[in-house]
Amino acid sequence: METSGLIYIAGALMMGLGALGAAIGIGNLGGKYMEGIARQPELIPMLRTQMFIVLGLVDAVPMISVGIAFYLLFAVA
Amino acid sequence: MAAGEQTSSEYIKHHLTNLTYGRDQEGVWRLAETAQEAQEMGFYAIHLDSMGWAIGLGLIFIILFSMVAKKATTGIPGGLQNSVEMIIEFIDSNVKDTFSHTNKLIAPMALTAFMWVLLMNLMDLVPVDWVPQLATFIGSHFFGMDPHHVYFKIVPTTDPNVTMGMSLSVFFLALFFSIKNKGVGGFVGELTLHPFSSKNFLVKIILIPINLFLEGVSLLAKPISHGLRLFGNLYAGEMIFILIALLPLYIQWTLSVPWAIFHILVIVLQAFIFMVLMIVYMNMAHETGDH
Repeated sequence: METSGLIYIAGALMMGLGALGAAIGIGNLGGKYMEGIARQPELIPMLRTQMFIVLGLVDAVPMISVGIAFYLLFAVA
Repeated sequence: MAAGEQTSSEYIKHHLTNLTYGRDQEGVWRLAETAQEAQEMGFYAIHLDSMGWAIGLGLIFIILFSMVAKKATTGIPGGLQNSVEMIIEFIDSNVKDTFSHTNKLIAPMALTAFMWVLLMNLMDLVPVDWVPQLATFIGSHFFGMDPHHVYFKIVPTTDPNVTMGMSLSVFFLALFFSIKNKGVGGFVGELTLHPFSSKNFLVKIILIPINLFLEGVSLLAKPISHGLRLFGNLYAGEMIFILIALLPLYIQWTLSVPWAIFHILVIVLQAFIFMVLMIVYMNMAHETGDH
């Protein structure tokens, strides 16, 4: 098989698996946040900050994989 | 479409190469003309564009904030003083929430890290072709360089050297405060007698290498993930902006405007996370608790 074809598959895998993991993680995070604020609405400001911190931590991983995948697809392949 | 006669892959590579100054194979100090040459210059090469923009933005931050601090009034503050006060209060409350010990250095350090990273990240919103093309124009007209070999990257945080440099500085500061607060014995003890521990002296000795391995990995993973997180996010963002710039001009705004709006969130969030992680690491260095 050609190497450029393999690079496309590698890029697709990187984007897809990264998005999969982050989607599960952020879905969990958002669900728990909703549960938390439904139980204790007075904690909304505090929980929101904490949620955004964790969101940023989780969000980094798929964004990095998207960037590297695009680099592979458009600059290397 | 500013690519001209370049292919798209050349255009992307051109945008991702730094203006590198270093010693080439023959031992002459000069600017690198291709990405290949820049790589061969090795360890002592310096990225002039990253360094220049990083130091320049740091100076802007220092001068702006000190100017506002000197002119500060207790009367009705202007817009600039208001925003500076807001930023300082925001940092102050964050440090108070996360950092539970006494150290005068932490809050100013957090402010510097936040503002500096924020300003460096903000350069990502400058259209990708403006400054590089200006640099190409100046380089080819005033310095007689080949226009295709003038590289210029304006976002310092898309250069891993900058982000890893910052995270390593934080790491060494954390080590310094760790040893200062816990003593050498406490610091070594934290690395070797934790998380597995035993009352039996012999078992304790046997467990030391296992503990050292586990704690060593988690110790070294901190600066690496700290620096690479910032780099990866900004690099990916810049990459997508460059790809959008490859599209025809009339269609670009449909993608670049939403991405730029989303990216404003990423820019502030990443600067904030860099600062929060820094405070957390500093807090851990000051913990002289049970272990």
